[in-house]
Amino acid sequence: MSRRAIFSGLALVVLALFVLSLLTGPAGFGPGESLAALLTGQGDAVSLVMREIRLPRAILAVMVGASLGLSGAALQGYLRNPLAEPGLIGVSGSAALGAVIALQTGFAAMFALALPFAALTGALIAVLLILALAGPRGGSLTLILAGIAISALAGALTSLVLNLSPNPFAVSETVFWMLGSLADRSFWHVGVALPFMAVGWVLLGLTARGLDALTLGEDAAASLGIRLGRMRLMVIFGTASAVGAATAVAGAIGFVGLVVPHMLRPLLGARPGLLLPASALGGAALVLAADIAVRLVLPDRDLKLGVLMAIVGAPLFLHLIYKTRRQLA
Amino acid sequence: MAFVRGSERIIQALAAAGLALAAATPLRAEAPARVVSMNLCTDQLALMLAREGQLISVSDIAQDPLTSAMHEEASAVPVNHGGAEEIFLLQPDLVLAGVWSDPTTVAMLRSLGIEVAQIGVANSLGDVPERMREVAALLDREDAAEALIGRFETDLARLAGPGDGPRAAFYYPNGYTLGTGTLSHDIVTHAGFSHIAEELGRDTSGRVALELMVLAAPDLVIGTAPYPGASRSEEILRHPALRSLTETARGAESGPDWICGTPHVVHALAEMVAIRAEIEAGE
Repeated sequence: MSRRAIFSGLALVVLALFVLSLLTGPAGFGPGESLAALLTGQGDAVSLVMREIRLPRAILAVMVGASLGLSGAALQGYLRNPLAEPGLIGVSGSAALGAVIALQTGFAAMFALALPFAALTGALIAVLLILALAGPRGGSLTLILAGIAISALAGALTSLVLNLSPNPFAVSETVFWMLGSLADRSFWHVGVALPFMAVGWVLLGLTARGLDALTLGEDAAASLGIRLGRMRLMVIFGTASAVGAATAVAGAIGFVGLVVPHMLRPLLGARPGLLLPASALGGAALVLAADIAVRLVLPDRDLKLGVLMAIVGAPLFLHLIYKTRRQLA
Repeated sequence: MAFVRGSERIIQALAAAGLALAAATPLRAEAPARVVSMNLCTDQLALMLAREGQLISVSDIAQDPLTSAMHEEASAVPVNHGGAEEIFLLQPDLVLAGVWSDPTTVAMLRSLGIEVAQIGVANSLGDVPERMREVAALLDREDAAEALIGRFETDLARLAGPGDGPRAAFYYPNGYTLGTGTLSHDIVTHAGFSHIAEELGRDTSGRVALELMVLAAPDLVIGTAPYPGASRSEEILRHPALRSLTETARGAESGPDWICGTPHVVHALAEMVAIRAEIEAGE
């Protein structure tokens, strides 16, 4: 398959799922009526539903999916390890902790971008810790063990902060922060997440050439003119920014960054740079599909996205561990 | 309240078993001298009905102004937090609990030889006098109850509105809405509103999708006052789609007066009657 066919195929899938997401919901009006209300409606109830409820949800699914897919591909390329994924190594969990602290202390209400900023800070601490522990080559065992510890600690502290809240609803929201959901998000969430995600996308996108060079080894990459220190910083800040913003508005959604690059890698060959945009599209498609599925399976219950992603992603993760166990031992 | 739904069926089944046990305990000859209440609604009934010094402790929520209609009266009484150990140490003659109170705590207190009476939830305005009589009989305060019931029934008759008025909906954190078999349903319909749960065919409470609520386009949306601290559950009440709905519809908050089947529901009823008059005058 040519590169062009792969990218246009992925883009078409994302577009189709985006439209399908707009047409999925408990209020049963037909596709024609829905799209007409979205494009031309004037403030009546149907256009309100389409524009203020379904449209931001579908847009967020694309943004969150692209951020997670891109971050997963970048981390895997940089660490040269197929097991690296923001959810599994505790970056998403730490971002959730940052967001929860900001919400409960009132920091999130101080300025518009305070919430994603706090989540970014949480994510940044986790990425720095992981890279410091795993080193530039990202040994699998260290990576997984450090990820387990960071995830566990972030999850426990998130739960602690929510338990200390004076708000009786806060405690039950641990599930949202750990498993993620896009239910009833609005354009406010799109607005606060977009600036941070855009910065993350640009930073990670700029690492493409460096990641390709890195497949030849660090010395070879350096001799090709790649500044490794600068690239490292771009991966760190890009991941923290994209994952932080995604988690701040949608909770921690795991496995997207693991599943998507893994599925696309055989199509694109060993080209981590090319895998970046492909994984962004693939991530968007996967999260859109999962968000459609949660609405079809249990329409009244707000089934969490992380539940579906883990059902798909965990077996794959186990498979990858099995494949790399010789390296682990 | 919306956040206490839990696994209602299991709890109700356990509570029914508890009631059977309570009925089996022999009646005491004299009035209980030391009464502890561990449920918000029995707290208020006991505060209203008990004689001076008879009620020695109420639940901690009874003092919460966001939840308790009698938080001022409750502030004079020591609180408990619903733990078996702490209640046992108060050496009560009688413990008043709700049917949804923690079944393990209730079972523990009973096995320690303490009489626990579990009072049912009031699901209609008609249940209110019944619950009052039930608690009054346990406290040996029937005369006090009858005086309050007489006044309550006069108020009810005064505040009844003709049916088929404007359409009201409840919309709570997490998109939770109330069904027809609830006290709140009875309050809005007694005031003459029609409740959209009837149109949607919902007899039980539960989550309703935001888009269905927007499409139902009620004239009055009854929500809750925000609690301190942030929660994602309450964020839905500030969703732009719901906001543009309440630009055309009236908004109201169901406060502490709505929660328990006590004569305080009269205040909620009076507020609804006033809002109905305003809506109809505006048309």
